[in-house]
Amino acid sequence: MEAILVPFLEAAVRTATPLAFAALGELVAERAGVINLGLEGAIIAGCLGALVASGLGGPLIGFGGGMAAGIAITAVFALFVVNLRTDQIIAGTAVSMLGLGLTGTLYRGLYGASGAGLAISTIAPVAIPGLSAIPLLGPALFRQTVPTYVLYALVPLLWWWLRGTHAGLALRATGENQEAAEAAGAAPRRIRWGALLVAGAMGGLCGATLVLAQVGTFSEGMSAGRGFIAIAIVVLGRWSALGTALAALVFGAAFALQYLFQALGWSLPYQLFIALPYVLTLALLALLRGRATAPAGLGRA
Amino acid sequence: MDALLALWDGAFGSSFAFWSATLVRATPPLLGGLAVALAFRAGVLNIGAEGQLIAGAIAATMLAQGLGTLPRIVLVPSMALGGMFAGALWAGIAATLRRRFGVLEVISTLMLNFIALALLSWVVRGPLQEPTGIYPQSAPIPVTARWPFLLEGQRLHLGFAFGLMLAAASWYWLARTASGFRVRVVGAGARAAESAGGVDVARTTFVVFLISGACAGLAGASEVGGVTWALYEGISPGYGYTAIAVALLARLDPRWVVASAIFFGALEAGAAAMQRDAGVPAVIVQVFVALVILGVLAGTYLRDRMREHRDSTRPEAA
Repeated sequence: MEAILVPFLEAAVRTATPLAFAALGELVAERAGVINLGLEGAIIAGCLGALVASGLGGPLIGFGGGMAAGIAITAVFALFVVNLRTDQIIAGTAVSMLGLGLTGTLYRGLYGASGAGLAISTIAPVAIPGLSAIPLLGPALFRQTVPTYVLYALVPLLWWWLRGTHAGLALRATGENQEAAEAAGAAPRRIRWGALLVAGAMGGLCGATLVLAQVGTFSEGMSAGRGFIAIAIVVLGRWSALGTALAALVFGAAFALQYLFQALGWSLPYQLFIALPYVLTLALLALLRGRATAPAGLGRA
Repeated sequence: MDALLALWDGAFGSSFAFWSATLVRATPPLLGGLAVALAFRAGVLNIGAEGQLIAGAIAATMLAQGLGTLPRIVLVPSMALGGMFAGALWAGIAATLRRRFGVLEVISTLMLNFIALALLSWVVRGPLQEPTGIYPQSAPIPVTARWPFLLEGQRLHLGFAFGLMLAAASWYWLARTASGFRVRVVGAGARAAESAGGVDVARTTFVVFLISGACAGLAGASEVGGVTWALYEGISPGYGYTAIAVALLARLDPRWVVASAIFFGALEAGAAAMQRDAGVPAVIVQVFVALVILGVLAGTYLRDRMREHRDSTRPEAA
């Protein structure tokens, strides 16, 4: 059993990592009152940015390039929703389409009409001595690539920042009621811009992790709705950093289930597993209705 | 420059380009654009036209294969109705989730798009796969299931006529009937419609959601019956997303959806020619769609600002 469970748990944490990055970024944006539906665009931009940048200067530059690409496209979204105060949902949908279209066009332009071929070697997992020897959970949690360890540090950090710092308080106040936050001396516009830049960087990091730590290449639309799933993850995580990380793990497990079923030798159509995370999103959103506490000003221009 | 010329030629360069490429390509954006416009007018952010279209295409293919021996006069309407039913059913999942469980339809319709794609991928490799079992596509639909062409020697088909009729009907409904008025009131402000207008908001949005899905489902049926004559994975190159831009560019007015859809049809037809003649990838259309939506948003902002400015500089009436 362990021979089957360990790879499954490892895969669950591995696939949860990029989802968690994106969802934590979305969490910051939503706590500031902005639904960032442009997240999908930031992720796919991060994928291509990471691939191109890593070709120029290795994995570290690759992560930087992915985050920069995510920030760049999210800045377009921020301009529309913060400065022009346009509808967040529509602007977000457009920015996601912009990201998907631009990356597809650029990739074909850069690497040929077929768009095939370009593969890089992914970064290797690093086992933490001692901890990774714990039975079952050890390899799952502590035999991962560096981004996963960055995530472990980020979750408590973000949790503390949102709750315990003045800046975190101003961010949350902006998400609840912009006018009141402004009256109390905060600068809602600047805060929303800042929150969206963080969200863009995290979306880009999600894409970069996908490419550099997992897939090793780019393909059109490879973000495969992760941006939209991340938005659902924030709802399931009830707008807290810790909850969001745990919810991401649930989705990581849903994505990883296909490995488990393959190992068990079940022969079900593989499309069932492709559809599973999306079905799970719908089911969990329906089950958790009314219990979540969204920021009061969410979605308001 | 060559690319632009190719784009223009592919869309308007000849009567064949216009009637057989541009208008044929405008048909799914027309039906999809109506789906989005109707939903948005009721305040339902249905961005799942893509999934509803796929559901309609699957249903129409199944009906065409299953009822293939029936005469065309029965078969074609069954495909249209079946596609609409399937689209409404697919939208109905999101509509029910919204009504009963308060699930944001933006998320649910998007998730349903991905589920529909997985379903399509499965049916063309499973139950609906062509008999040799080699290619991931359905067998061609029977000849009697092909939708009639509207003009001699052109590929323009019945689906476009359906689109025009639906646009007229939608406009009449919204602008001239009591129930259409209720839809507009709900879209303008659900809370006020409920408390002051006595409108059953939950029911109204639910019904409009289903109608919206039916329009998108008809787009899927019309592609199978009028253009592809078979089902395969790439049946929609993102028509459901183009539909959002079509509807927004038309300011959600069904009459303008027709013009806006033809504009996007020309763009798609031109892009296909551009890819063929100048080697520019067709995925660039998606970039253009996004830029159109952002342009409409920016335009709305500027118009509002100018109106504000005009109002504030107008001398106060004594």
